[in-house]
Amino acid sequence: MEAPIRAREALGFILFSLLFSICRSSSLNHLLISNAERRIDLSSHIVKVYLTLKVENAGSTPTSEVFLSFPPTQVDHLATVEALVTKGKRKKTTLVRLDVKPTELPDAPNDAKYFAIYLENPLKSGESTTLEVLYLLTHSQEPFPAEIAQSESQLVYYRDSALILSPYHIKQQTTFIKTPSTKVESFTRVEPSNRAGTEIKYGPYEDHPPYSFSPILIHFENNSPFAVVEELVREVEISHWGNLQVTEQYTLVHAGARHKGVFSRVDFQSRPTLNGASSLRYLLARLPPRVHSVYYRDEIGNISSSHLRTDSRKSELEIEPRYPLFGGWKATFVIGYGLPLQDFLFETSDDRRYLNFTFGCPLLETVVDKLTIKVVLPEGSKDPSAVVPFPVEQHLETKYSYLDVVGRTVVVMEKKNLVPTHNSHFQVYYTFKPIFMLAEPLMLASAFFLFFVACVAYLHIDLSIRK
Amino acid sequence: MATMPASASDLLKSFKLKTKQQELLIRVSILCLVYILAFITRLFSVLRYESMIHEFDPYFNYRTTLYLTENGFYDFWNWFDYESWYPLGRIVGGTLYPGLMVTAVLIYRILRFLRFAVHIREVCVLTAPFFASNTTLVAYFFGKEIWDSGAGLVAAILIAVCPGYISRSVAGSYDNEGVAIFALLFTFYVFVKAVNTGSLAWSLASAFGYFYMVSAWGGYVFIINLIPLYVLVLLITGRYSMRLYVAYNCMYILGMLLAMQIRFVGFQHVQSGEHMAAMGVFFLMQVFYFLDWVKHMLSDTKLFQAFLRITVTSAVAVGGIALGLGMVSGYISPWTGRFYSLLDPTYAKDHIPIIASVSEHQPTAWSSFMFDFHILLFLFPAGLYFCFKRLSDATIFIVMYGLTSMYFAGVMVRLILVATPAVCLISAIAVSTTVKNLTVLLRSKNKVVQTGSTKGSGGSKSSSKALLDQSQPFQKNGAIALLFGAFYLLSRYATHCTWVTSEAYSSPSIVLAARGAHGNRVIFDDYREAYFWLRQNTPQDAKVMSWWDYGYQITAMGNRTVIVDNNTWNNTHIATVGRAMSSYEDEAIEIIRSLDVDYVLVVFGGVTGYSSDDINKFLWMVRIGGGVFPVIKEPDYLVNGEYRVDKGAAPKMLNCLMYKLCYYRFGEMMTEYGKPPGYDRARGVEIGNKDVKLEHLEEAFTTSNWIVRIYRVKPANNRW
Repeated sequence: MEAPIRAREALGFILFSLLFSICRSSSLNHLLISNAERRIDLSSHIVKVYLTLKVENAGSTPTSEVFLSFPPTQVDHLATVEALVTKGKRKKTTLVRLDVKPTELPDAPNDAKYFAIYLENPLKSGESTTLEVLYLLTHSQEPFPAEIAQSESQLVYYRDSALILSPYHIKQQTTFIKTPSTKVESFTRVEPSNRAGTEIKYGPYEDHPPYSFSPILIHFENNSPFAVVEELVREVEISHWGNLQVTEQYTLVHAGARHKGVFSRVDFQSRPTLNGASSLRYLLARLPPRVHSVYYRDEIGNISSSHLRTDSRKSELEIEPRYPLFGGWKATFVIGYGLPLQDFLFETSDDRRYLNFTFGCPLLETVVDKLTIKVVLPEGSKDPSAVVPFPVEQHLETKYSYLDVVGRTVVVMEKKNLVPTHNSHFQVYYTFKPIFMLAEPLMLASAFFLFFVACVAYLHIDLSIRK
Repeated sequence: MATMPASASDLLKSFKLKTKQQELLIRVSILCLVYILAFITRLFSVLRYESMIHEFDPYFNYRTTLYLTENGFYDFWNWFDYESWYPLGRIVGGTLYPGLMVTAVLIYRILRFLRFAVHIREVCVLTAPFFASNTTLVAYFFGKEIWDSGAGLVAAILIAVCPGYISRSVAGSYDNEGVAIFALLFTFYVFVKAVNTGSLAWSLASAFGYFYMVSAWGGYVFIINLIPLYVLVLLITGRYSMRLYVAYNCMYILGMLLAMQIRFVGFQHVQSGEHMAAMGVFFLMQVFYFLDWVKHMLSDTKLFQAFLRITVTSAVAVGGIALGLGMVSGYISPWTGRFYSLLDPTYAKDHIPIIASVSEHQPTAWSSFMFDFHILLFLFPAGLYFCFKRLSDATIFIVMYGLTSMYFAGVMVRLILVATPAVCLISAIAVSTTVKNLTVLLRSKNKVVQTGSTKGSGGSKSSSKALLDQSQPFQKNGAIALLFGAFYLLSRYATHCTWVTSEAYSSPSIVLAARGAHGNRVIFDDYREAYFWLRQNTPQDAKVMSWWDYGYQITAMGNRTVIVDNNTWNNTHIATVGRAMSSYEDEAIEIIRSLDVDYVLVVFGGVTGYSSDDINKFLWMVRIGGGVFPVIKEPDYLVNGEYRVDKGAAPKMLNCLMYKLCYYRFGEMMTEYGKPPGYDRARGVEIGNKDVKLEHLEEAFTTSNWIVRIYRVKPANNRW
């Protein structure tokens, strides 16, 4: 079982003993990390990394920026980075969220990418603080073998470094890696390292200079379904008559090891744990409470395998795709539901209205490669503006729905690489005069009126001819 | 102040309707209700299942409609479809009746223009109910034309709920027949109107109605044969008139020119055997007109007799020679198989298995007549009696329409549809006349009684009147009883129709519903599961081989190329597939490879007990395959003239490709409690070959209830 590979990636211990240019910003020089602990959670296909850094200012000038560095291969898969700082003493600790922004530093070795954490209070000389950093990586577990048969379980590679890549000197560091099961084919040994149960421990390592790097490769079993939504288009349509209609179009794919060869229904039905262990059978969507008229369908019609459970706080929609998704299989579908408007639409003090809605994908444990949110404002609304807690691409469109004459303004927001932690709220502000609500009923009423007038006129003409 | 009440009552009086206006109001409101009723009774399928396209052919129509909305009319007209009949392809624009698609797209465009953001699918689903509603209006006017407005109203009500029509026009049954019955009845109505009035405008309208019918359905052949037949009958019965001359000539010439604009019909309209009757009658009309003129010019009857003899003989001779020459030279094509099988019901069975294999081409059983017509079956002869009692040009037409269509309905199940309007109209005449006579009897008696009581017995009356007076009480009671009887029958009819619609005709046949063990509703959605799997998880250019029944669905829902589909234009191609299915695997793989097939799809009901699966259709694969390739011999698959799948089955049957694909690994499966593994629930036997090994194919996908099984063709082995 435990076969540490020393030779496979015979890279050994690579140390980027890197040149420091003097002109580098001063904050890099005099900060150091006295203790770092990293916990990597590999139990699902989203890699969660918790980093606890004890940062010390060894320089003379106070600084308020702490940099995190990532290798370029990881940055592409980096979905979110959050930093927290503990405040208060002992039991009365509170966590305060800090600003994190991607930045560029000159002379980054090997195209390393940086994120800057902005501290609330500058760190004075000699002081130290503890930062909690959480970042999530998507598409970072590579299935190997890349193709598996129905009865095989899914094995994946995870690549990282035994040492934390950091622009600072790290005095002491430890890395814990949690695997989903005890079945680990192999892992790179970097002494001292050992494995116990579902945990692999690297370290503690003492005194490593900045940009130390030691690649590791872990080969382990991960049968959690790799549910990836390649594209998700959410359309939120506001009707001031009291309804918020949400339509979500999914392109779902199982991004794990590709299914190879036969799919046998007999085996799948009779021995479900052995056959198709990594297949995606159902998904759970968490919808807002008081959801109504939920539908689940695709291009060719309704999909009857879904269950909705509602209570006062949340609604859960359990959906099964038409067929179990094996590695590489795709399914497209649409989920739609209505929500009461008063739960989501509010008025500001300056007579503007705003929609407060969640941004991300309601499916649990899924990665969204590309998300487009379209907020369809009612006809006649003006000055739309969106407030989103993270950077997104925005533009405006026009949509024609039932009985629209001038069309509805659509605020379109796009973002790539989303994880469930992106399910935070965003706001769309706009102005709207309630008189526009009457436009469409009046149009219909006048159309019917004209029709009846025409009928009456016709009948009268008809009678006059008969006489 | 005192004058106010008077003026108010005057005002009220002016609002009070006259009897005629009241009648109009009642009639219009009845028609409106019938219009709505006809629509909503067809929505059972949407309520029970969902808004979806039904069955087989509608999927092709839906696919072409989608193409038409996306690419416009000219691309549609020139569409060469690579996705069906691989590797031959199909010239779709030239081999379909575009009326239905154009109509749906037109409705869609109008709704879009009016800012109704509907999806084209919804339009397609609701096209048939919408046209059914329109048909009720036409039935009303037709009834009014041939009898009176009362008969028209009854006809509208009867046709609105008649199961024979509903079977092809429920929501989702997006097929040609949906609009064609409207077009058919409209053409007939306008033509009868033209004959009655002799108006050029009405016959022009009938030409356009005919054009619409030609563009919508191949059943237009019925019109172009029935109308000449009708004209011929009128000529023979001495009812020739200028009105008829105008109506027929205008309708035929313009209708022919318009019909030739439809690519699928084209020059067939003047060249094929089915259309020759119309042309013959057209020339006959000219001869008649000429003779009439000569008769008018010649005062001498003897001379005219001689002239008549010569002209008729020479006309018939010229016509016969022209027809013979046309036939011999091949200018006039002979009748098609389908037309033959109409005239001779046993023809298809002996000669064209592909026509005989379609379930809707089977001869009609009595039970389905009863099922589709219910009381109309008894009212129909009564209506005929009334029609014969009051013969006119119009009633002759409806009688002929009724009789011929009833004959065709007996030949083929699906033609019940064509007979339905006629049956409804004739029955309506029966109902309306009976009810009218009875009510007149009731009313007139009241009057007589009243007058009798006021005048006393002093008046001198004839003996017959006295007799009538004497039998009054019985007559009145009888009339009331009969009226109640009639209303009871009609209410039974309404209940029957609703029941049939909801139970029998609203199933989309894509989604199967069954009752579970606890009385709950179980849905088998396996077809769409398989088609969607094909659509998502196979290469874009994959070719799928299946029996032709599923071709349209695979192309429409699975979006993959098929070898054969429901447009059975190439018998050899279908026979090749049939041959592959009924050969041993190593022989079949040769055919499969030569057709470049990637996936093979079979439908199998052994797990669920679904009986219209490929094993039950297998005899047609053998017959059609054997019809072209004599290698396939039906007796090889039979044991004592029976198809069997259990241990007693023929060895060839147990090892042919279809058997293997259906029962692959089925032997391990427990289907029913207390039965051995491999128990086929559709046929109620334990299968005979439980150890099915596949060499060149592998299971690619099987749906959750095993109804559809898809196999992948393995690449050929390397030689070394």
